[in-house]
Amino acid sequence: MDNAPTPSEPLSTLQPGQRGKVTAIVLPGASRGRIMEMGLTIGATIEVVRFAPLGDPMELKVRGFHLSLRKADAAGIQVARL
Amino acid sequence: MSDGIFRRVAIAGNPNTGKSTIFNALTGLRQKVGNYPGVTVEKKTGKFFSSHGEAMELIDLPGSYSLQVRSPDEAVARDLLLGRIAGVARPDVIIAVVDASNLDRHLYIAAQMLELGIPVVVALNMVDVAEEHGLVIDLMALRERLGVPVIPMVASKGTGIIELKQAVSRTPLHKPEQRAQLPIVYETELAALGKKLPYPAETARLEAMLLLSLDDTGLAEQCDPAHRADVAAAQARLRTHGIDPLAAPVDARYDWVAAICTAVIHRHGEDSDGLTISDRLDIVLTHKLWGWLAFLGMMTAMFLCIFLVAKWPMDWISAVVDAVASWTKTKLPDGDLQSLVSDGVIHGVGAVVVFLPQILILFFFLGLLEDSGYMARAAFIMDRLMSRVGLHGKSFVPMLSSFACAIPGIMATRTIENRKDRFVTILVAPLMSCSARLPVYTLMIALLLPAAGLWEKAGIMLSMYLLGIVAAFGMAWLFKKTLLRSETPMLLLELPPYRAPAIRGIIQRMWERGVIFLRRAGTVILALNIILWALLHYPKPADKSAPESERIANSIGGRAGKMIEPAIAPLGFDWKIGIGLVGSFAAREVFVSTMSQVYDVTDDDKDKLMDRVGAAMTAEKRETGAPMFTPLVCLSIMVFYVLAMQCLSTVAIVRRETNSWRWPLFQIAYMNALAWLASFLVYQGGKLLGWQ
Repeated sequence: MDNAPTPSEPLSTLQPGQRGKVTAIVLPGASRGRIMEMGLTIGATIEVVRFAPLGDPMELKVRGFHLSLRKADAAGIQVARL
Repeated sequence: MSDGIFRRVAIAGNPNTGKSTIFNALTGLRQKVGNYPGVTVEKKTGKFFSSHGEAMELIDLPGSYSLQVRSPDEAVARDLLLGRIAGVARPDVIIAVVDASNLDRHLYIAAQMLELGIPVVVALNMVDVAEEHGLVIDLMALRERLGVPVIPMVASKGTGIIELKQAVSRTPLHKPEQRAQLPIVYETELAALGKKLPYPAETARLEAMLLLSLDDTGLAEQCDPAHRADVAAAQARLRTHGIDPLAAPVDARYDWVAAICTAVIHRHGEDSDGLTISDRLDIVLTHKLWGWLAFLGMMTAMFLCIFLVAKWPMDWISAVVDAVASWTKTKLPDGDLQSLVSDGVIHGVGAVVVFLPQILILFFFLGLLEDSGYMARAAFIMDRLMSRVGLHGKSFVPMLSSFACAIPGIMATRTIENRKDRFVTILVAPLMSCSARLPVYTLMIALLLPAAGLWEKAGIMLSMYLLGIVAAFGMAWLFKKTLLRSETPMLLLELPPYRAPAIRGIIQRMWERGVIFLRRAGTVILALNIILWALLHYPKPADKSAPESERIANSIGGRAGKMIEPAIAPLGFDWKIGIGLVGSFAAREVFVSTMSQVYDVTDDDKDKLMDRVGAAMTAEKRETGAPMFTPLVCLSIMVFYVLAMQCLSTVAIVRRETNSWRWPLFQIAYMNALAWLASFLVYQGGKLLGWQ
């Protein structure tokens, strides 16, 4: 594995229990708007809670509530691991 | 006001905040479910009286997380609040329901409501849960920051309802003065763009904001070409200032909310990061093994109840229907009128009303799953499978509901945001075996394997259900690839905390659905049954003493059966089965009663109707002398019923939900083609293999 500190990585690579701060959202306009309105704004802290029994989607905790998102969409959210 | 309504109150809030509990507590049973003009979104309104006794109208806003719309439900909420619906005025006051235990997130919707220029009252619900979590909310500070009345409530216990009523009854109501502050350049652009738009001054700012938040595809779809250039130019200017036109208002609101929360919420007691009961439940219910077992267990329990528990009330309804029919026979003189009333109207409508218990039980369970928060987990677990065929976890609920009846299932697609996905779900939902197919399967399985044990019969029954499921998923996949091609929609699903369901509210909603169903039975289905009766009774044979079966052979329905015989002969069906198929277009369950008329089984002992029909059908011979209903023919009939679109009520609902005849007609065509092809393969393939 690369030892150099990575400033940001896709949210989909985080494991359950890990947390990150949103640095960028690279998704089509409509999806980006929805994600932000649900509270995943730049700077928000996200915790990965678990993956669904079949490995996808993932469950996230943000702003005190739980949200489900597919890994493919979560890949468009860049986070800095905390 | 002319209609005697003193004030119109809209109630808004995220799902799972107790919005419907407050709605029910305020209005009691004075509720009305209708439709918004021109769209298929349900309009739920209720009446209540202000603290001074004036009549108030309460409008339940469908949805919704935001004014940026994705689903038809959300569009209606937005249009109503912005006064875009012709002939419907904007509400006089909005109740914004927020969950006190999670203000960081829920004040967002209140922040949006404050921008509408309509007086707002914040219903701070579930303060008891907040206290349990060790949160103390400084109400005075919150009121001051928001600049509107804030009513602490525990709606499930009725606490705060009177105070809420007082707050919306007060005169005058003040328009909110506080709101999230946008960067000055953004406000300048909003003001400039707002002046160019054809909207009244009070909504122009928000309309401008909605336009500025669109991306290029959104602009092309939703923006009047006359303003497109202005919007694009404003967006470009904002970007040169380093402002993202879409993100800025969202960020501003969340920042404003976060600042308020820091100022008004005091935490005490233990760290709130500990596992809640809800978290503990989720460890089991979304577990790789236990999660599936719990899911299957719940679905099994639901189906057992639908099929077993509903049996008794269904038997009672049948008994009442038969008694009423017999009574009319004694009261009316023999002849056409008697036959029309007892066979056409009473038995016809009765055959449909008998499904009311199953529909009520289904809606009770769905309400229980929805209210408790489990439904979101079911979608979470199922999403991977649904997305394989390009659908959304949310399509799971309509498909599941369609096992009872495609009509509530199709109505449940309204929560699906993407139009194409919604239509795909509507197109395949009737492939799921509904309860009306059950009598047909039962009759056919009894003929197919008269000596078989319960497990074998249950096995065949299960395989018919599986065939429907496989067909539904296969067709969904095909439609997503071809006709309604679109990306798999994004899943963005809140997993709300588990709560004890509000049984009273569930029963109330269940009853509303039941009434809608009964109303249809009393209108559309009644009319269809009269038509079907006439088709099977006219023209009359010249010889009055002709047996029933000859009369039917001679009727329009009988001739139709003969006419389609060449088309269905390759499936192993004769013209008599053809009549059954024609009759099934009114409702599938009519097959059994049509067969009883075709095979001249007229006996007052209706309890044994099914057995008698079975005996008559077993005895039926082809012209060659071979038995008509061989196991292969029975199988072919069942497969046809699994896949064919035969329900006119479903056609009517699909017409309403898709707002065009194109989709229901296409659905009839593809499903019946599929049914014909599958039955053809079963019958001809079976014959080739030497089966009977």
